[in-house]
Amino acid sequence: MPEPVLALSAHGIGKHFGALAALDGVDFTVKPGEAVGIVGPNGAGKTTLLSVLAGALSPSRGVVHFEGRDVTALSAALRCRRGLVRTHQIPKPFTGMTVFENAYVAAAHVEAATRDEAYDLAAAALDLSGMKDVANRQAGTLGLLGRKRLELARALATRPRLLLLDEIGGGLTDAEASELVATIGELQHRGIAIVWIEHIVHVLVQVVVRLVCMDAGRVIADGVPQAVLADPAVVEAYLGGAPE
Amino acid sequence: MMKDAKSFNVTRWTPTSRLILGLIAVLLIALAIAPVVASAGVIDRLTVLFVYILLAAMWNALAGFGGLVSIGQHMFFGLGAYLTIRLANTGLDPFASMALAAALVGMISLAVSYLMLHLKGGEFAIAMWVLAALTHRLVNLDPLIQGETGTSLISLNVYEIGVRRIAIYWAGLTAMTALLAALFLLLRSKTGAAIQAIRDSEEAAASIGVNVLGTKRVLFVLAAVGIGLAGAIWLASAISFQPKTYFSVQWTAYMIFMVLVGGIGTFEGAILGAVLFFLIESWFGDAGVWYLIGLGATALFFSLFFPKGLWGAIERRLPHALLPIGYTLSDFSPQEPHSRTANHQRSR
Ligand SMILES: Nc1ncnc2c1ncn2[C@@H]1O[C@H](COP(=O)(O)OP(=O)(O)OP(=O)(O)O)[C@@H](O)[C@H]1O
Ligand SMILES: [Mg+2]
Repeated sequence: MPEPVLALSAHGIGKHFGALAALDGVDFTVKPGEAVGIVGPNGAGKTTLLSVLAGALSPSRGVVHFEGRDVTALSAALRCRRGLVRTHQIPKPFTGMTVFENAYVAAAHVEAATRDEAYDLAAAALDLSGMKDVANRQAGTLGLLGRKRLELARALATRPRLLLLDEIGGGLTDAEASELVATIGELQHRGIAIVWIEHIVHVLVQVVVRLVCMDAGRVIADGVPQAVLADPAVVEAYLGGAPE
Repeated sequence: MMKDAKSFNVTRWTPTSRLILGLIAVLLIALAIAPVVASAGVIDRLTVLFVYILLAAMWNALAGFGGLVSIGQHMFFGLGAYLTIRLANTGLDPFASMALAAALVGMISLAVSYLMLHLKGGEFAIAMWVLAALTHRLVNLDPLIQGETGTSLISLNVYEIGVRRIAIYWAGLTAMTALLAALFLLLRSKTGAAIQAIRDSEEAAASIGVNVLGTKRVLFVLAAVGIGLAGAIWLASAISFQPKTYFSVQWTAYMIFMVLVGGIGTFEGAILGAVLFFLIESWFGDAGVWYLIGLGATALFFSLFFPKGLWGAIERRLPHALLPIGYTLSDFSPQEPHSRTANHQRSR
């Protein structure tokens, strides 16, 4: 059998903000349909990595390939149309539009989608992320949890093949967290590859088959979750200091 | 189609909004035949109203829907008038000159958009103002205009005064109707949704596949064409062209006033704001400095007590938008397992 093309591969990614190296030589890959978790202390560079992968930030060095093609020079919008989409750690809802309209804009920009298909995609995304009861509400009236859900709904409405999630589970009750785990499980079941940054490790490990730990702009561990969590470097850099 | 198709309706037009659309059509027909009965004075004033509505709608489109707050839109007003003069000077019919001038304004704004649209917020606003001042100076250099001396659209004299008045009135009515219809259709389209998404978060819009610069460009050019046409029509009714009366920030101030008072970001609000401004001007316009103080006080009053403008206060009491550009989802519930087709009710 031929080697399957990686969903995503990033090599030698560096990102500087002035003198600060937020990313310092990161290699990162995702297989098709794989669910990967990213953990690490505050300021480790997790969000910056996600932004570089999604095209919101261009890296100071390194290359990003999506489904075998070099997308390093591609805008975020074009990467999204190819199936690579991200959510925002600090939600960025379209506050003047309704929840449904938020999802509809995303769906309407899926390549070759007719208006009916866009309606279907948007409605399905709201259903999947548990937002159908607030479909006609102004997004600006949502609280933080609603806004995080909307990030997920809007990303889903783009019909992604690789979904980059940035702390969508913070502040959830146990029941809500297991709902989210079920939702993400369903996405995986549909063949969507997932990269999920989350501080709530016990929720994360219910979904991911691989865990990456970052610290100070580098990947310090990458492997099956149990092994990564037991790694002395990870314990020292992350788990030792974190309340989780 | 996803396996778990659900039943839902997406409503856009409502019976009320269809009725409103019918009423608007009747009103437009009445306005079109008004010159048969209305006095010359009324016709002239209505032409002014059409220009105000056009200006308000275009500034609202930019700022209220697109988040592009410009304090230099008088640049396109001045250019519309100036280019009309320039083209008419070559011997072209004055009305053809007006239309061509608006098209040229569109092309100029397209070029300008490459300089301006990557600027954010306040930078964009100020840069537009600077560009307007620069354009004003360049127009001053034209030997035909001779600095601030100016010139007139003398070729209009080939039309008899009564005919001319009605022709300008119709030009104004046509321009207003066409541009507002174009704007309405744009806002209802997928691009219209993208425009509003960009207003609320450029980064998020880009992240879900919206071409941010291209989308802004469409809006920017449309607004420039509309404001350019307004300038051309204003020139036709005033005849004389003096750069400083057209390239005056006062025009942008009027646009902002109308939009803020009427209700920023609603299609109906800008129109209402223009009508209000027109009435205030008709009643108090002769009061000199008190008129300006009154305008300032009105703007202050509205920003304090009606931050979403007069239409914002009215719209809250309405179940649906009169002229809907959004999407309402209803009957959103799981369907019987055996019937899987999504059921849409759409209207166009
Ligand atoms: N736009 C920016 N300009 C300057 N510095 C930045 C910028 N974005 C991030 N940084 C810095 O880069 C480093 C990495 O930030 P990043 O947001 O990627 O961390 P993170 O791992 O996502 O942290 P957290 O867990 O708190 O979300 C931090 O020191 C941060 O202050
Ligand atoms: Mg982060």
